[in-house]
Amino acid sequence: MSEKLQAQKPQARRPSPLLALLVRDLRIGRRIGGAVSMGVFFFLCLVTVTPFAVGPDQALLARIGPAILWIAALLATLLGLDRLFQGDADDGSLDLFLMSETPLELIVLVKCLAHWLLTGLPLVAASPIFGLMLGLQPSELARVVASLFAGTPALTLLGAVGAALTVSLRRGGLLLAVLILPLSVPVLIFGVAAAGDPVVGFKTPFLILCGLTLAAVALTPFAAAAALRHGVD
Amino acid sequence: MQAARHRGKYCAVMQIEASALSVERGGRVIFAGLGFQLAAGEALLVKGPNGAGKSTLLRALAGLLPLVRGEIRLNPPVEARRAELCHYIGHADALKPALTLAENLTFYAALLGGGDIAPALARLGLAGIADLPAGYLSAGQKRRAALARLVAIPRPIWLLDEPLTALDATSQTVVGDLMQAHLDSGGLIVAATHAPLPIPARDLVLGRPL
Repeated sequence: MSEKLQAQKPQARRPSPLLALLVRDLRIGRRIGGAVSMGVFFFLCLVTVTPFAVGPDQALLARIGPAILWIAALLATLLGLDRLFQGDADDGSLDLFLMSETPLELIVLVKCLAHWLLTGLPLVAASPIFGLMLGLQPSELARVVASLFAGTPALTLLGAVGAALTVSLRRGGLLLAVLILPLSVPVLIFGVAAAGDPVVGFKTPFLILCGLTLAAVALTPFAAAAALRHGVD
Repeated sequence: MQAARHRGKYCAVMQIEASALSVERGGRVIFAGLGFQLAAGEALLVKGPNGAGKSTLLRALAGLLPLVRGEIRLNPPVEARRAELCHYIGHADALKPALTLAENLTFYAALLGGGDIAPALARLGLAGIADLPAGYLSAGQKRRAALARLVAIPRPIWLLDEPLTALDATSQTVVGDLMQAHLDSGGLIVAATHAPLPIPARDLVLGRPL
């Protein structure tokens, strides 16, 4: 075998580290199960319980429906986030992430993508059904779905910073919620506005929501990676 | 081909030079003023009582713990971070119980820059159980799966924390042969262990816990 071939062959065979990470995380999520169904089930619980608290006023429910869906999505997103890096930190995988040539920031971003595909996307997909339960109109349903689709990635990414900060704590779940809820307020405000505010309209809050998500994509991986590097002991 | 690639890569690291290392954990000094040199083809056996800082030293060498003082240099200097040249086999085996052995190892080969995993699985005697979820494996099998990374992914510096724990006699011989082959091809090994290693190694004895 010529020397040129020797040099090229391993190169050509090597798959992308980030793609391998995405496949791995999706596979783990699918095999362990529960990640998808738990989030959606929690979402369903919140949406079902609210009308009992508010009362059977159809008009009122339809008016606050988008807000209920958004709060439920926010809480359901936070529910599973404390495990985002915990498993990898416990079994030593995180050490190996740090020893890879791939920047930790990109690893964080891909882990968030996998987490969103497993938990955020099912929420978005389930939201029109739950919206019907709250008596929303079809046009409002579309707005709710679009706003959740654009906004939940930002919630996952913000939560990743909290998950990275609390990675060395045994029971970091509650602390994570306390840390992240204030930061997620802007996303919630513009998300609910895009989903159902009749005065502001759809376009402006939706674009701001997209901007918030893009800013989260650009910034939070650095914060989360820094927290992970600092937390390794 | 594999051996040729190894040797080519290992030429990059000739020597580790550590001087006046101090590491703290949780505000407590684990060791201070520690220094050693290790050249290509040499192994260093880190000894000492429990709590003397053996694992801490390995993690510091792997770049996973910050140094309070001192420095670790590679001669000649290389462009890559030190962590990218090291294998770290710690107490945790870094296996996902939900994934099969082959899936676990394939992922690390992709992440850390390795090639074909089949020879590595065969070398550690894991080929027959490659399709089992890692959660079903015994402690020794998990240990061997972690050690398979050493074969699948060529890296010049091996940092091994109790590498022979839970291994049966046959596997200990296999791992001994692997380490010897690594040294022969110009690699470096730093191992922390209480059991004697089946390879020639210099001793570095860490003191009692402060």
